[in-house]
Amino acid sequence: MAPGSTTERAVVVGAGLAALRGAEAMREAGFTGALAIVGAEPYRPYDRPPLSKHVLIGETRPDATTLPSSLGADVDWHLGSSAERLDRGSRTLHLADGRALPYDRLLIATGTRARPWPNPHEGRLAGVFTLRGRDDAAALRAALAAGPRRVLVIGGGFIGCEVASACRQLGLPVTLVEPSPTPLARVLGGTVGAFIGAIHAGRGVDLRCGSEVEWLEEAEGRFVRAHLTDGTRIEADVAVIALGAVRNTEWLDGSGLSADPGGVDCDAAGYVLDTDGQPDPRIAAAGDVARFPHPLYGGRRVALEHWSQAVAQGIHAGRLLAGANPEGPYGALPTFWSAQGDVVVKSVGLTEGADALAITLGEPGSGRFVAVYGQAGRCIAAVAVDSARWLPAHADLVAAGAPFPPDGAATDRPSKGIMVLAPGFP
Amino acid sequence: MPDATLLDQVKDFANRANPYPVYAKLRENPVSRQDDGTEAGTWVASNHGAISSLLHDPRVSSETLPPADRPRTGNPLTDLIVKPLKDWMMDRHRVFIFRDPPDHDVLRASVMHQFSRERVQAMRARSERLVADLLDEKRGAREIDAVDDLAYPLPVTVICELFGVPREDEPKFHGWASQLATALEPDSLSDTEIRAANSRTFDAIGGYMADLIKEKRRHPQDDMLSGLANEATPTGAKMGDYDLIATSILMLVAGHETTVNLITNGLLTLLRHPDELERLRWDPGRAPRLIEELLRYEPPVQFRTRKTLSSIDIAGVTIPEGADLVLLLASGNRDAAMFPDPDRFDPDRAGIRHLGFGGSLHYCVGAPLARFEAEAALTALASRLKAPRLIEDPPPYRSGAALRGPEHLRVAIDGIA
Repeated sequence: MAPGSTTERAVVVGAGLAALRGAEAMREAGFTGALAIVGAEPYRPYDRPPLSKHVLIGETRPDATTLPSSLGADVDWHLGSSAERLDRGSRTLHLADGRALPYDRLLIATGTRARPWPNPHEGRLAGVFTLRGRDDAAALRAALAAGPRRVLVIGGGFIGCEVASACRQLGLPVTLVEPSPTPLARVLGGTVGAFIGAIHAGRGVDLRCGSEVEWLEEAEGRFVRAHLTDGTRIEADVAVIALGAVRNTEWLDGSGLSADPGGVDCDAAGYVLDTDGQPDPRIAAAGDVARFPHPLYGGRRVALEHWSQAVAQGIHAGRLLAGANPEGPYGALPTFWSAQGDVVVKSVGLTEGADALAITLGEPGSGRFVAVYGQAGRCIAAVAVDSARWLPAHADLVAAGAPFPPDGAATDRPSKGIMVLAPGFP
Repeated sequence: MPDATLLDQVKDFANRANPYPVYAKLRENPVSRQDDGTEAGTWVASNHGAISSLLHDPRVSSETLPPADRPRTGNPLTDLIVKPLKDWMMDRHRVFIFRDPPDHDVLRASVMHQFSRERVQAMRARSERLVADLLDEKRGAREIDAVDDLAYPLPVTVICELFGVPREDEPKFHGWASQLATALEPDSLSDTEIRAANSRTFDAIGGYMADLIKEKRRHPQDDMLSGLANEATPTGAKMGDYDLIATSILMLVAGHETTVNLITNGLLTLLRHPDELERLRWDPGRAPRLIEELLRYEPPVQFRTRKTLSSIDIAGVTIPEGADLVLLLASGNRDAAMFPDPDRFDPDRAGIRHLGFGGSLHYCVGAPLARFEAEAALTALASRLKAPRLIEDPPPYRSGAALRGPEHLRVAIDGIA
């Protein structure tokens, strides 16, 4: 059967950004068959970045995040029901509510969920939150608006830093606990992490780095204080668990596809691989859940939780499934941003494996700077803190794998000398 | 004398009324070297992509003013002591349009802090009132000069009121502003006579501003100069006096020499596209769109100069370190890759990402003022001028190639409603 013929059935598993852009791309590429979209949440696709920023400070309502879409009425939405099992033999997707959807083309875009607190009882206490979906954000917003004595943020990654910043914007006392020596150490390294940590400390965030929360104490079913491994206790009414994400791949168990909590494996084109490493030409994946060989990083398999990636890879996968062979493998330069109060951190490239770091613009001490990450003498990533306008110029260096350290010329540098530091990855 | 380069043709006054065919020739090579007798040459970026990229490149500097060198007087005391001191002060306290980070950022942040949304929005209603008054004065006339009667006095009054320059002193600025605006024309940077005149003008206007600042310290009022002179900046420190003088001169000159062209070019374009004039008359809601298209189609600032701090590979060429750059904004605005059918004036086109206000860190501070001043002027002209006709097309132009616009725009009318 020719791809895109009107009797073909396409199913999109997931109803987030990558799923939506993928479905739109299929239609735009001429797919006129039946199109079904399956989403575990009861909502049409919505935008997540505001949930940890404007929604928490009350500037945006949680339900005002619905994404605009070019999809028409010819879409069969299955919302509020998650995928349970995939039977590739009969080409059927089974949903948790018992329905079965046959498919000829399948787009896997089930994304991630927040990693829960390891102690399930403590994790269910009133006052303990995770942040991933619209409902999570609405609940946390309500808790913050109630004026807690203190907010405890567990985990100093991007979400943790954003939540802590939002608390300071609201004037709430906040403590952030992170086992690494600095916030963002795993993603940006301890050197840049320390600069960003200093910005947050200057804004009044109580940073407890190099420590861990051991257990959460309750009183009458409510979280009241946290006990840290260093013996200190933190009195707070709200605890936000920001320990990263887990990829939603359990429903693929038994499907014969290569998937684990780190993602579902794709080939360079974007087709999903089976456990023998062979691509299934009917199935593609996109967004946070897709683990694919990135051409810019020597074919290393990566799964990226980036907004821009969800868009670009969703479109790529949608075109692929519609038979509109995209040009070349998917390999857009990874980009990322995080708004932490009035500080915007933006990055291009992947910092993993960096062995050196150069500050090319600005002054870390002033809270505005650009850092370029190098590996084996090549530029592999750049991070701009409150200097986003200079990032595109650095993106060219990263895309080209330009020699590291880069030419130091810049308008705020009297000479070309630049300082090379150790990135300080844990 | 080498053959006239395309850049020479851009500067050539003969092409002032319509430089766009020269820009089109330049775009055949998005970044091209123009022989200027120096080894590095002057490099012109003429398409949208190259200009945007260079605007956002940290290796591109705005410090294009050559070191100050005031004319000698023959008096040894002045020439050996006062002149070097004054030159040094002038270099240290350049206006921030010619400065790089981090100094630029500090000065600009101070201005933006005073250029608050409330203060700017208050000038919106004031602009509409001023336009109404200026047109009322011409009631009964059968001919107007859009420049002298409206396009010049409107922005000048607005910037003077914002800064708190007394109305009666405003006429002093006419000559000062047009003289200092020549600093944006590339040839003026090397022309000793123009530079000497600019030094003298800067001293004159600087002396005036120093007195006015003293007055604002003694009697602070609700204006930007009082704010800059008396209030701490967002970074904590107050702006030094020399920076304050230079910065207020920059704002006042910019207010005198740019929006006038936007309004005049706007009326000229509308008179050349009578259907658009008619649509604006019946639907003033079209104005914002129309003004964005004007900023693309006939931008008041046609180009800006820069220099490279390092060699830069772009668009298949390598610009050497230390080269002079011309970012031909008005040409980027006619780039067919960005704007289909670019030579057509079409306010309904989608996504007008023009370079009319420049871009990146030197993006026009006064953009919101320019937009609503032009909106107030053009909607009033469209609705109140009865049967407007151009008396001469093209109109006479002012000399500037960078700050380009008609010197006069005579329009025959059957009256003013």
